[in-house]
Amino acid sequence: MAGKPKLHYTKGRGKMESVRWLLAAAGVEFEEEFIEAKEDLEKLRKDGALLFQQVPMVEIDGMKMVQTRAILSYIAGKHNLYGQDLRERALIDMYVEGTTDLMGMIMALPLQPPEAKEKNFALIIERATTRYFPVYEKVLKDHGQQFLVGNQFSWADVQLLEAILMAEEFKPDILSPFPQLQAFKGRISNIPTIKKFLQPGSQRKPPADDKFIAQVKKIFNM
Amino acid sequence: MTTKPRLYYFNGRGRMETIRWLLATAGVEFEEAEYLETREQYEKLLQDGALLFQQVPMVEIDEMKLVQTRAILNYIAGKHNLYGKDIKERALIDMYVEGTMDLNEMIMLYPFSSPEEKEKNFALMIQRATNRYFPVYEKVLKDHGQDFLVGNQLSRADVQVLESILMIEEYEPTVLSEFPLLQAFKARISNLPTIKKFLQPGSQRRTEPDDRIVETVNKVLQL
Repeated sequence: MAGKPKLHYTKGRGKMESVRWLLAAAGVEFEEEFIEAKEDLEKLRKDGALLFQQVPMVEIDGMKMVQTRAILSYIAGKHNLYGQDLRERALIDMYVEGTTDLMGMIMALPLQPPEAKEKNFALIIERATTRYFPVYEKVLKDHGQQFLVGNQFSWADVQLLEAILMAEEFKPDILSPFPQLQAFKGRISNIPTIKKFLQPGSQRKPPADDKFIAQVKKIFNM
Repeated sequence: MTTKPRLYYFNGRGRMETIRWLLATAGVEFEEAEYLETREQYEKLLQDGALLFQQVPMVEIDEMKLVQTRAILNYIAGKHNLYGKDIKERALIDMYVEGTMDLNEMIMLYPFSSPEEKEKNFALMIQRATNRYFPVYEKVLKDHGQDFLVGNQLSRADVQVLESILMIEEYEPTVLSEFPLLQAFKARISNLPTIKKFLQPGSQRRTEPDDRIVETVNKVLQL
């Protein structure tokens, strides 16, 4: 019997959060081992556990997987969240890459110098409202279906919800121009596995605070 | 009869080069739309609604306007049997190519470095190649002793690792001196007929970046 996947990362969102979302959405129980000091990261490196010396790393199905996209693609493929054919995969890949870019901007913000913060904050809002959300709004409007791709729940839906909730933490009314996305958010949040993940006490991580950022910078020598 | 894939990008490597490599390896003939040289051309593409997230690369293929480099590469690899036999081989391929793409990102951004940062970025790029990425691929080849990185057959991982090796060698010709298996790998993969063809002068392979391409990209994307 396969053991539960084991996640190696800091106790924050970062690049691992999308993995937590996807495992949770797929109803897969997982364990976490948190990197809390530089020594923890050094030990993983010395043990040869990190292919490119980096985390995220997920122990899953006898593999020590690294590289966020590789991990997510594997989980999606294994749990039938990656569409039915190559064309649906292509759509899912495009949509996921868009939300990854947006979430990447949000993730990077606390690590930026103070002078750049205000400008980048504004850029995030602009990108969300003029580059990314309009695309997903239109996709849903054009086909009128419940899910982004192929009339079935996929990785793309999970990541879009994650991105929406992250953006709302920035600007609570950010979805006001997007009625389809508002309905989508309500719908996907109510899927049982996702609903569970959104409840307090789940393995979902909170947004980074200053104390956590300082710890992260120390661990990764930033 | 299907039409050839059509690439929309600058006249340079950037994020499109890996796509050119993969199509060429798969023996797929492709066209390039007029290279992006002016802001006006880019704005026209935006107005025509051709770019899903307002960005290039974009590839017209099989009646789709695909954007996002990885989505495009995944599709081509999947379609042309360069993505392994099963989900576990895919996982290995994905890990290996994500490594090369991280290295390629450094290579791609290097010409755009500010003068103060150039030396530091160059050193980091070479260091990462020799200490982080190439040792991994050397060990993979050593451990299984096979000709290809994954599953004893040609995959996008082989193509992408070769691409990275050649680009780093342009900056540091001796970079493979500590990696005998990668040297043999380089020769072997370069000699595959479709790749050999792509490596010859006159192919659709783009040349090393220069100041001109940096200027063009900055102007077109208003960076």
